[in-house]
Amino acid sequence: MKNVNRGLPSIDGKGLMMGIPAYTDDLADANSLIIKVLRSPHPFAKINKIDTNRASEINGVECVLTYKDFKRIPITRAGQGYPEPSPHDKFILDNYVRYIGDEVAVVAAVDLQTAEKAIKLIEVDYKVLEPVLDFEVAYDNKTIIHDEPEIHEMFPIGFEPKKNVAAAYDMHVGNIDETLKNCDVVYEASFYTQAQAHVMMEPHTANARIDCYGRLVIYSSTQTPYHVRRIISQALQYPLSKIRVIKPRVGGGFGGKQCIHGEFFVSAVTLKTGKPSKLVYTRKEVFESSFSRHPMRFDVKLGATKKGILKGIDVSVLSDTGAYGEHALTVFMVAGAKVLPLYNKVDAVRFGGKVVYTNHTPAGAFRGYGAIQGNYALESAIDMLCEKLSIDPIIFREKNMIKEGESSPIFKIMGEGTEGIEMNVESCKLDYCVKRGHELINWKDKYPFVNGENSKVRGVGMAIAMQGSGIPYIDMASAMIKLNDDGFYNLIIGATDIGQGSDTILAQIAAEVLETDLDKMIVYSSDTDLAPFDCGAYASSTTYVSGNAVVKAAKNMRKMLIKEGARSLDVKEEEIIFDGVLFQTEDGKKSITLSELSNRLFYSEDQQQLVATNSYVGTKSPPPFMAGYVEVEVDTETGVVKVIDYTAVVDCGTTINPLLALGQVEGALAQGIGMTLYEEVLYNQKGGLITNNLMTYRIPTRKEITNMNVEFADSYEETGPYGAKSVGEIGIDTPPAAICNAIYNAVGVRIQSLPVTAENVLMGILKNKEKRNEK
Amino acid sequence: MKIQLIINGYKKELEVRPDEYLLDTLRNYNYLSVKRGCDSSSCGVCTVLLDGSPIASCSYLSIKASGHEITTAEGIQKEAAQISTYFGNEGADQCGFCNPALALTVYAMKRELSNPTDEEIRDYLVGNLCRCSGYVGQQRAIRAYLEDTL
Ligand code: FES
Ligand code: FES
Repeated sequence: MKNVNRGLPSIDGKGLMMGIPAYTDDLADANSLIIKVLRSPHPFAKINKIDTNRASEINGVECVLTYKDFKRIPITRAGQGYPEPSPHDKFILDNYVRYIGDEVAVVAAVDLQTAEKAIKLIEVDYKVLEPVLDFEVAYDNKTIIHDEPEIHEMFPIGFEPKKNVAAAYDMHVGNIDETLKNCDVVYEASFYTQAQAHVMMEPHTANARIDCYGRLVIYSSTQTPYHVRRIISQALQYPLSKIRVIKPRVGGGFGGKQCIHGEFFVSAVTLKTGKPSKLVYTRKEVFESSFSRHPMRFDVKLGATKKGILKGIDVSVLSDTGAYGEHALTVFMVAGAKVLPLYNKVDAVRFGGKVVYTNHTPAGAFRGYGAIQGNYALESAIDMLCEKLSIDPIIFREKNMIKEGESSPIFKIMGEGTEGIEMNVESCKLDYCVKRGHELINWKDKYPFVNGENSKVRGVGMAIAMQGSGIPYIDMASAMIKLNDDGFYNLIIGATDIGQGSDTILAQIAAEVLETDLDKMIVYSSDTDLAPFDCGAYASSTTYVSGNAVVKAAKNMRKMLIKEGARSLDVKEEEIIFDGVLFQTEDGKKSITLSELSNRLFYSEDQQQLVATNSYVGTKSPPPFMAGYVEVEVDTETGVVKVIDYTAVVDCGTTINPLLALGQVEGALAQGIGMTLYEEVLYNQKGGLITNNLMTYRIPTRKEITNMNVEFADSYEETGPYGAKSVGEIGIDTPPAAICNAIYNAVGVRIQSLPVTAENVLMGILKNKEKRNEK
Repeated sequence: MKIQLIINGYKKELEVRPDEYLLDTLRNYNYLSVKRGCDSSSCGVCTVLLDGSPIASCSYLSIKASGHEITTAEGIQKEAAQISTYFGNEGADQCGFCNPALALTVYAMKRELSNPTDEEIRDYLVGNLCRCSGYVGQQRAIRAYLEDTL
């Protein structure tokens, strides 16, 4: 093997560091009209009247759009399989606004100053309505956030807008009440997870122009160019065939660019004016008016026998989707579907609840996609159950967790928005991951805690996790390989590189099949006119789903090459040996190089263009697994928690590119640590976002993330490309539970609401002291 | 109004508004390695060097920069390419949006600090946020780059 399972630098890394223009705004037409959006100052209001006359009259203003300029077509901005499991509850612009930051009107002008001036001159008369700002009172509230008659679900998802319910779901296996009744020990608790902001460094950016064929060309920093094309066409009632979406380099997504954002506005403006236009969100808009992670409440009950056999899991969930229901149901389901199978030997499971609307910034897809929330609740609860049982939490997990070759009834029952697929986990090195992590962090010398300097205590904690590899029977990817003269190739893929390195690893896979060098496999991706379809970068699907499509296409190309090689040498195909460079007969008497063959096909004999295409849709979604171990230091005087070391042992099959996989895990761990210790989307009592810049919303800096130790288990997934499973999300799942378990082990304080704050830890420490004194 | 800047070694006369920030000026004049990630000097992707020292161009008035030397990643292509090989070898490459600014800051740090410790490196680069890499790969890469080239 010379191309896969090899740590190669990403193919665009050098150019990007040199600053070569490559991102969406770098490629905007220099004469683009500048778009600014007027946004709602109220969390919930009806627009009684909107007057754009004064704004339109300003010299340099080319167009002002309000809800009156759009046909009333309910859509969802969620970029996912079609028909979407998200409610169609959004209009491009509406006469209602449902959160502070919701769109009211759009201005396009010759420059930013003019656009900003015009925005201020739009007069809006609002009827302010009573908002719902607490998701725990949203259900059946007297305020109905979505009362418009046109909105609908595409298929049953439990949509009940009159009760503020965007989606609902319930499932069970066995009889949970009976099972729990018969357990020796039951642990019960509630856990809260907060909204988290994606904070990709490149803000949401889009621009549009009409090309010389009269077609609308949209450049967008998106994770889902094909979904953008489809949704824009639906929303603007503009023919799909007249839209081209190009995704240039993207400065990070993490799920935040899986939903449509400014593409509506640049498209509408450019179609209306015929002129190029662009929109770059301000950082405030990214925080306030894009998407965040769904906050959730979990009510968990676990039951086990005295001997430490887990018997039942009962989880009731309430999720907050904010003002619109993007990914409401699917994120909710993943909180169960990609968590519960970890403990596959239980007699009974119940999982269910509702996703409610509130008048906050909408929630959407975010790396981990529910699994991080569910993992925090379940893996915290498991540790507490172990304490009740006086059993070592690692021994407990080893006894109860899923093993290679096993299955879980959950796989069949729960998919993403629909039923799932029955499967055995053919590759699962979770037992190795747990053992290896235990060793690496030196658990036996550190568990549960060691006293540090002065008032500091160090504790260790751990959690296990799983994710998926694409959505079976729904997510499709395809690839096209073209032979060029001189014997190099183009790999043309719909897959969406958003910085995770998919262009690189997919080229590695193609080069492996064709036994060529990476620099002979020229990648072009994510252009709806030129590249074949791919659902996009989400659901940890690219390595597995797009990777398999590339393998299939490359194998087709190989067959074609051998056929043409045989023809040129006038022998049978079976007689040909091809090593990527040379075609020869077994006896070595006849041979032709690939370069000669391709030149022959281009210019001299049997002339033809060889193009191989293939596509792939998964029939299963083999989960990557991991064990996360953390050592934290708690200052018992201040409650401040510091991560000393994070150790992760990951089974993502055989990595295509161990270096890029490492980066995926390290980056995801940092985001998970951020969510656990530093990040929280906060609103004031009026529904306004407090954390609307990078000073009030703090992501970890390089001062906080100093030590990580990531290893990969030796694993091979039969159905994956060269044994690979996906690795984009799994790294984010364990930090909340592992860190909270470590804090508990250090100072006996159980954090049941994220993020961990110094105040909460300190309060817990003081309470424990009081209790001890009482005794 | 007009200002004079020496950008990447070349004297330039540029037309700017009095309230314009250097980031906008530079992007308007096609120095597109300079990125916009916020508008409050808190992400670092707009970093350029002013007379050799890193500044946040999103919050630096263009007229204030008049007469000074500005370096962008376009001006340190060789060094940026060299630094990038270290990033590539450590799995520290991801979306790349933070990278031209980071390369510039590392370049400035290397001239300012001799043999910095890990802690000093982090202190110097703390204003360069990265949401993709988790920083540890970048740290390994920068360490290795400094060790090989100092
Ligand atoms: S753009 Fe964020 S610091 Fe300047
Ligand atoms: S590589 Fe994406 S922000 Fe640093």
